[in-house]
Amino acid sequence: MSHRTPSELREEAKRILEEFTGMEKIRAKDRIAIPQQEMPSQDPHARNANMYEVTYGYFEEQARVEAERCLQCRNAPCVEGCPVRIDIPRFIKHAAEGDYAASLAVVKEASLLPAICGRVCPQENQCQEYCTVGKSLKDTFRSVSIGRIERFVADWGAGLHGLPDDRLDEPNPLPPSARVDTPVITASGGPDSSGVRDVPDVKPPTGKKVAVIGSGPASITVAADVRREGHDVTIFEAFHKPGGVMIYGIPEFRLPKRIVEEEIHTLEEMGVEIRTNFLVGQTRKLKDLLEKDGYDAAFIGTGAGLPRFMSIEGENLVGVFSANEFLTRSNLMKAYDRDRAQTPIYHPRRVAVLGGGNVAMDAARTALRIGAEKVYVIYRRSRVEMPARAEEVDHAEEEGVEFLLLRNPTRILGDENEQVVGIEVLDYELGEPDESGRRRPVPIAGSESVIDLDTVIVSIGNDSNPLITRTTPELEANRWGNITTDDNGRTSMDRVYAGGDIVLGAATVILAMGEGRKAAASINRMLAEDGNHVTGPAAEQGVT
Amino acid sequence: MEHTILEKRQLSEQVYMMRIRAPLIAEAREPGQFIILQVDTDFGERIPLTIADADAQSGWICIIFQAVGGTTMKLAALREGETVAAVLGPLGHPTHIERVGHAVCVGGGIGVAPLYPIAQALKAAGNRLTVIVGARSKELVILEDEMKELADELIVVTDDGSYGRKALVTEPLRELCEADAMPDLVVAIGPPVMMKFAAETTRPFGVRTMVSLNTIMVDGTGMCGGCRVNVGGETKFVCVDGPEFDGHQVDFDNMMRRLASYRAQEEHARHECLAEARAAELERETHESQNTV
Repeated sequence: MSHRTPSELREEAKRILEEFTGMEKIRAKDRIAIPQQEMPSQDPHARNANMYEVTYGYFEEQARVEAERCLQCRNAPCVEGCPVRIDIPRFIKHAAEGDYAASLAVVKEASLLPAICGRVCPQENQCQEYCTVGKSLKDTFRSVSIGRIERFVADWGAGLHGLPDDRLDEPNPLPPSARVDTPVITASGGPDSSGVRDVPDVKPPTGKKVAVIGSGPASITVAADVRREGHDVTIFEAFHKPGGVMIYGIPEFRLPKRIVEEEIHTLEEMGVEIRTNFLVGQTRKLKDLLEKDGYDAAFIGTGAGLPRFMSIEGENLVGVFSANEFLTRSNLMKAYDRDRAQTPIYHPRRVAVLGGGNVAMDAARTALRIGAEKVYVIYRRSRVEMPARAEEVDHAEEEGVEFLLLRNPTRILGDENEQVVGIEVLDYELGEPDESGRRRPVPIAGSESVIDLDTVIVSIGNDSNPLITRTTPELEANRWGNITTDDNGRTSMDRVYAGGDIVLGAATVILAMGEGRKAAASINRMLAEDGNHVTGPAAEQGVT
Repeated sequence: MEHTILEKRQLSEQVYMMRIRAPLIAEAREPGQFIILQVDTDFGERIPLTIADADAQSGWICIIFQAVGGTTMKLAALREGETVAAVLGPLGHPTHIERVGHAVCVGGGIGVAPLYPIAQALKAAGNRLTVIVGARSKELVILEDEMKELADELIVVTDDGSYGRKALVTEPLRELCEADAMPDLVVAIGPPVMMKFAAETTRPFGVRTMVSLNTIMVDGTGMCGGCRVNVGGETKFVCVDGPEFDGHQVDFDNMMRRLASYRAQEEHARHECLAEARAAELERETHESQNTV
């Protein structure tokens, strides 16, 4: 597929939009016939050497055209696929009419982080999987691009949408999110409104305090929802910067850090206190927060932890990294900025990334961007089974990442200095379906071959971090170390709730957010019930 | 949280002691635990340092470090009253302290600093305590007075014989193992190569030998896996499984190679730091000479 420039894409959208202007009624057949709007992006050959955001986001014309593809199905199957049940037809209808403020307001009823979810949700396995348009075209990938429209209205609200006309002719213009002259997030009314950040209303103080542990998507959601009810909220973050996986894990080129930072600023403006460099369990026990420091409830959203390795020979050679380490060095510690960052990063020449998820794609594409000559992704199933977002796999391929599918490493080879020199892989074929319904990969005996490499990045998932459960014996966890909760996010420990990856295992931003919403609602309910009868020291003193 | 530097002392040419305000860490820490520190949170590196001492009442922790890399050199340049941008801790498992009988603490160079609180705790638990302090030369011997006060017996050795006995720490350690009353526990902390040979020394005698590892780390909370070591054939994470391990089980050779993963880049950072320091010095000299004219 050849790269289409932003201006080509915009011209096409303009033409289509003109055809519809003045039409009384657009028939469903005509809507289905509208070509799906492609996401404008940096040229693959340019972007694989910079860290700026890959995609530009839709032009306004494209967003309108794409929104016209929606059939406004009365049964709205797409909503079923959305973990937080955004009223998708309604927000798309407003977008088609050009009322982006109304559109964004609909999204925000259900989702706190639309600019982030529009960028990182695996829509093809969620809303877009159920889209009637995709079903009639017999291709999920031609469903209405719900995520791209969501992102457009969120970016429009932030004044970060589309490329300005005077940049269109540049060979590879900077994306809006990378330009210092673009406004930061302003009001929900969009770039033309008052220029004040859209800070949710906070009810009068209740005198209750809630501790939120971790600062990723689940925790941000809980902090906002609980703070809105007037409770004091403190976020405790172990790193020196808040944002969790959206800061240390997902790279700038996929999720610009300023977008995450803006969400954090919004929390601060709501009055949420953020304490960085504070590891609950180690710096202070969870029990002490509740019993000595006056917190009335706590939410644990500490995310996925311990990187998993494959237990194959050579895994501790020099040049073998977990994707977590590689990405944290690059993203959180900014090691790609060699002139300024003090944290070193290994300079890979020939790299194999093991795994097929989003993190694997992020690691592979980061390796290219810091100068690797050859990057392989080794995955033991076939491409359709890759858990990564389809768009990321496509982008990685366009940028020059080579996929070695149906192959699995058997050992990593090192030289006399224990430096990686290669990897031995075994070929697989697809056999009978397994319990997940995916065809099981079966090794082909004697098919070993060796690939020359100097770097291996292991990206096969995470086990849960043991710190919080180890230091809090009251917390029940399952045998994988994930904290067990009821349907409302309540843990085995009184007044303590949990959500996100520490409960689910590795999942997605939107699922973490959905869990956070549920837990926040239970916390708010519990605190409201507390308010109806006197508790705490006053009750102990016999005051009734 | 302001991490103010309350006291700074230069113990030898490259070695510094700092007392830093950190009330929560001072309250929570136990012997054997460490912190992660940053001099600047925009582009600075996160480095692990073991806590050498702490006072929960006054709310400070003490670190002793050698200014040999980019970050430690920047840290050493900070003055009393200034603040350290980020301090996270206490991290890692505390040392398991029990009454074993005769405990021998072996410290090499800067490793004597993290050894000190462990020695204190072992003594307090009612053990007979022998301390071996080793250094390259006289001016690199640290905490001698403190250890002397604590230990039932203190042995000081230097590589060049400029102070104490001219020997490596492994020589008195072997003699102790050969004596009738063999040690019941050895705790060895120092450069990796010293810990390796301390463990090799005690191995034939079957004396339990604990070592405290300081590997490459980014987060220090179990997330990056950069600190992993091979212990008894299993991969362990120093930050959440350690930092202390059975020295007879640790694959030191692999650990030392992994420690050198970024050597070229660290060397570059060190040179840049030295050049910057030299430039600052020159500027000051120029300034001073202009003032005197």
